Amino acid sequence: MLIGTAKHSYRADEALLTTSPQRLWMAILLIALALAPLALDNYWLYLACLVSINVASATGLNILTGFTGLVSIGQAAFMAVGAYTVAVLEARTGLPFLVNLVVGGAVAACVGLVVGLPSLRVKGLYLAIATIAASFILHFVFVNWQSVTNGNSGINVTPASLFGVELTDYVHLYYVFVPITALMVLGAANLFRTRIGRAFIAIRDRDISAEVLGISLLRYKLLSFAVSSFYAGVAGGMWAYFFRVVTPESFPFIYSIFFLAAIIVGGMGTILGGVVGAVFMTLVPELLRFAVEWLTTIFPNAVTALSPIRTIVFGALIIGFLIAEPKGLAEIIQRIRRFFHLWPFRK
Amino acid sequence: MSAPVSLKPHRGAATQAEAARKGAPSGAAASLEVEGVSLSFGGVKALRDVSFSVAPGSITALIGPNGAGKTSMFNCISGFYKPQQGTIRYNGEDITRMHPPHRARIGFARTFQNIALFRGMTVLDNIKLGRHAHLKTNILDAFAYWGRAAREEMELRRDVEERIIDFLEINHIRNMPVAALSYGLQKRVELARALAMHPRILLLDEPVAGMNREETEDMARFILDVKEEWGTTILMVEHDMGMVMDISDHVVVLNFGEVIASGLPHEVQGNAQVAEAYLGAGEPAAIKEKIHKRASVA
Repeated sequence: MLIGTAKHSYRADEALLTTSPQRLWMAILLIALALAPLALDNYWLYLACLVSINVASATGLNILTGFTGLVSIGQAAFMAVGAYTVAVLEARTGLPFLVNLVVGGAVAACVGLVVGLPSLRVKGLYLAIATIAASFILHFVFVNWQSVTNGNSGINVTPASLFGVELTDYVHLYYVFVPITALMVLGAANLFRTRIGRAFIAIRDRDISAEVLGISLLRYKLLSFAVSSFYAGVAGGMWAYFFRVVTPESFPFIYSIFFLAAIIVGGMGTILGGVVGAVFMTLVPELLRFAVEWLTTIFPNAVTALSPIRTIVFGALIIGFLIAEPKGLAEIIQRIRRFFHLWPFRK
Repeated sequence: MSAPVSLKPHRGAATQAEAARKGAPSGAAASLEVEGVSLSFGGVKALRDVSFSVAPGSITALIGPNGAGKTSMFNCISGFYKPQQGTIRYNGEDITRMHPPHRARIGFARTFQNIALFRGMTVLDNIKLGRHAHLKTNILDAFAYWGRAAREEMELRRDVEERIIDFLEINHIRNMPVAALSYGLQKRVELARALAMHPRILLLDEPVAGMNREETEDMARFILDVKEEWGTTILMVEHDMGMVMDISDHVVVLNFGEVIASGLPHEVQGNAQVAEAYLGAGEPAAIKEKIHKRASVA
């Protein structure tokens, strides 16, 4: 146990942040997030919004795959459901933007409940295939349900507005998306302090004994699917307001794999893992691009020579992380924390 | 056949009031009756017309050679198997076809022969999971961790810490992941998780299998304490005859899916059929001689 952190009440011991360095870092992070738009140019704000959307969705997938152990390769399809719901609501009803997001999440959750049904009978790879099948069915629906989805040409989304301000600038969107994502991540963290989160983990670790403890597998597996899809739906809704057009090709199958890779690289079954995984997967390709651009100042031909290699480097980085740290980036962060527990008094 | 297992609980038997304060389940201890239960897997008859009863507040041991059907019987009682014939009654109520999660809510708790803890979680979370069926937090409370969820979690923590962790002397490991613990401690954590369910009947599947003598004695002491302090009815399957004979109030012997004897420990010990089931047919005296001879040769 970390010394110097004695607690006097159970409440203090059960808090999300239990040590003062943790609280300090969290405060620094929040202040940095609040002030970031002052320092970032438009392109980086664009990336920050995208990161925020991806973090929300990856956290959702982490609840399902990382914590409940149900492998899903359909997260992008659930995002598409949320995005289409928001696009249709925005075009036809004029409901407030936040309501649309919540409804988008709710509709995605309902679809998630149906897609989750096979999880009651199959696990692992079999379930993964079932979710792939579901995402292709959904894609088919988006293409062919002309009257609602407008087929291949998709739906244009008018900008969201909040308190009379049209959210067209990335700065505005940033200040809306980041708090929403932060709340969603906080909600997920809270979930795993209660009986519901524990039930999810119990199902992942040993479903037979979970049942003996009175955990209904039916209810909790479906609940996990619903929560995960709700997250995807809200993220998809934000995506719709961000890119302002939703087509069947907006959420390709590879996007689902992107999320799976994000939680594996970040760390399955930790809230931190979903967050850092999504940040890593979204930003590293960009950073590599900057690295290549920077190299052109030294080697003028670098762009033509290195651009294709960028993708290879990205892939190699992922594989490297998986081999060096199978528990993901979150574990590296934990290890750094442990190192500083006794610093500088450790040999 | 007596092993040096302490018969005396390390704490005095608690008064009713004290038991109530500790959050023991309300109401009288549960009784269990198994009546004419038969179970077969294809052509294999695992259980044939098995009947026995477990008195409220007693420790009943279910013993028998390997393959006698003890674990099958356990799985019928905890709801994993549905017997083809017969009934299982809990406080007079027929529960033969009740689902396991429902059984948990009416007061069943069990441990497993091969430890069935959640290895990725800490000891504390494992034990908390035992209370799952009794908590009310819904998904919206959980996201906000406000009001009911927070209150309920704090009550749970207090209950787990003060009623169970103290009782089973596992304070020092509460924040450790289960996978890092020794076998004996894991078994103890599994017992803790079962106790967190506030069971009225506790089913223990080989609670001391694979333990050394010291760990066995600790476990025997805890089982006795559970009975004495909370009046919980206990049914256990166990191979350690020393422990069975020392702490059980009632012993039921199964062989080839049938009950061949039942009664007080010493009655069962002297039963010729039981000796035959364990040691083979023949005069007990002749068998003893044979064993002695073999021992002296070796």
